[in-house]
Amino acid sequence: MNVSGSHNAKPRDRTDQRAEIALGALASAVLLLIAFMIVFVFEKAWPSFAHNGLAWFGPGGNVDEQLANTFNSPANPNDYVYTMHAWPLLYATALITGISVMLATAVSLLSAMFIVEFAPAVMQRVLQPVIRLLAAVPSVVYGLIGILVLVPFVGNEVISGSQKDSVRYVIQLDGSSILVGVLVLTVMITPIMVAITVDALRSVPRHWTEGAAALGVNRWRALRTVGLRAARPAIVAAIVLATARALGEAIMLSMVSGSVGFAPNPLDGTTFFFEPARTLAATIVENAEGLSVKPFGETIYAFAALLLVSSAFLSFAGWAARQSMRKYTLQAR
Amino acid sequence: MNAPAQAPAPPPPPVASPPAHQRGEESWSRGDKLGVGLAWAAGIGLCLIAAAIVIFMLVRGFQYLSLSLLTTHPLPSLEQSQSGGFLDPIEGTVILTILGTLIAAPIGVGIAVWLSEYGRPSWLARAVESGVEIVAGTPSIVLAIFGLLVFQQSFFGFLSFTAEGNAVFGRSFFTAGAIMGLIALPLIVGSTREALHSIPAHVREASYALGKDRISTIRRVLLPASRRGIGTGITLGMGRIVGDTAIVVVLLGASLQIQPENGTPVWGLLKGTGSTLTTYVYNNSPAGEGGAPEKAYAAAFVLLIVVIFLNFAVDLIARGKEPGWTR
Repeated sequence: MNVSGSHNAKPRDRTDQRAEIALGALASAVLLLIAFMIVFVFEKAWPSFAHNGLAWFGPGGNVDEQLANTFNSPANPNDYVYTMHAWPLLYATALITGISVMLATAVSLLSAMFIVEFAPAVMQRVLQPVIRLLAAVPSVVYGLIGILVLVPFVGNEVISGSQKDSVRYVIQLDGSSILVGVLVLTVMITPIMVAITVDALRSVPRHWTEGAAALGVNRWRALRTVGLRAARPAIVAAIVLATARALGEAIMLSMVSGSVGFAPNPLDGTTFFFEPARTLAATIVENAEGLSVKPFGETIYAFAALLLVSSAFLSFAGWAARQSMRKYTLQAR
Repeated sequence: MNAPAQAPAPPPPPVASPPAHQRGEESWSRGDKLGVGLAWAAGIGLCLIAAAIVIFMLVRGFQYLSLSLLTTHPLPSLEQSQSGGFLDPIEGTVILTILGTLIAAPIGVGIAVWLSEYGRPSWLARAVESGVEIVAGTPSIVLAIFGLLVFQQSFFGFLSFTAEGNAVFGRSFFTAGAIMGLIALPLIVGSTREALHSIPAHVREASYALGKDRISTIRRVLLPASRRGIGTGITLGMGRIVGDTAIVVVLLGASLQIQPENGTPVWGLLKGTGSTLTTYVYNNSPAGEGGAPEKAYAAAFVLLIVVIFLNFAVDLIARGKEPGWTR
């Protein structure tokens, strides 16, 4: 939109062009930064992947012992120990993220429907600041409450002595468990999903749900079948955001879910939920001190590379999912 | 439901009552009632959790917080009564928040202006858009150790301590502040774009009609008109910075006291290491080495107050009246 004619470029137009180029360069710097990040992190992480091949992703041995061996490897670069079978960490990450995102999706859809359709005016006024507050509480505060209140409670009251005995030779149960991790993580990621879903449900045109109601469908059905369906792209966006947050949560999980690289065994029945696990992000933050030891640092950067890939893949998957439901739905902003 | 045909057909009811929707009533199946019940439970549950957190932290805060904790320097001691307060972490939080905001605000506003007002070529604009989204989705711990990798290059040696043999430490207020700016950036870009978006086209056209070019329209008309959106974004970003722990653990060195480099006062301070309230809580919880839960509770209480205050600020900024012509 060049308002003054294009052939008699006045000096003022040149300032405008310069501004456009400068701002465009600034914006493109974001892309450059991401490219740098991927290249740097992968370059640093490469030796760890290269020495293990696909076995890196597989099970085998004790992760914590492998990390310790890498940390204590000899100073001679030829003798670096890189052995790493990261399965317990990957499994823990997928497990904790997956369960909490599923729980949070259910809770957030229900509470978003409550806020939009069923809540009395008083509750609506209360719920908005409540959601904002829950979203704003720093993760370290959640972690503190988890480690000082929930973990001792679960360890002393919920886990029975026979459950502790049943896995005594494998792992010690003290309350830091995937159960507490999942519960606190669910509380942390629910608010953002509620906020996005409420916005989307509110922007569903009134006459769509009224049309459903005119067919004799009750309020719940109208909202569930018309409202939620129209809001699907926003719900996908919310799930993607929540998953990214859950994948990257390091501090709270390192405080609450036990600092053991252990793969909980689903065959243990209910005891399964009381077993500790450590996610990739928590492993990074707990071992940040050792980054200067070269092979150890490279192993830690390999964890980071994996997180980076998964979060980028997540954004892409969310985008693709939203594209596929473009028709007949409201567009997420 | 089609019941299987029975031999003696039951007599039809004398007067068939019309279906529910013709009577003007809604029919609620058991599943629907259950759904509504669960929705109520979810809503009330969230309120209860928030109330529990706030009340619990208030009780613990008033129990353990004292003025001396806020005004004394932390000291390395195993004895609870000797280990001081958390003045340095509070200062660390303030310095880091200001630094991160100063870095993120101009860049974020610039990117938002370009995306919303120029955005040419459009493929680049789309790429930048998803780039900002990717930055928002990257875990802060990954950004933190990426930052460490970058700032340990000798090129950035001027930003942190340098050991003998030219090994760059990479951990300082500068480096932590830069990465903090990165996590605040998407929030600032998002809410500035939204504000620019909501300014109607005729405002821009009126300015062009007066002979203004685009950049002066942006500077004199559009940015002033969207200052509430920018303010909201900056405040949200500050909340994000105040609450982040992972970046401080990795990039600020998490030393107990603020340790400025000798030399120029301000520059030396920013080149030095320190800690913030979040790492103070982390290190004093059973997860860290401190093992002083009372002090962790007190610091967490202060942190929560700061975060709630920032939330109020967002409300105040958003509620204020925009000038009439922007609508």
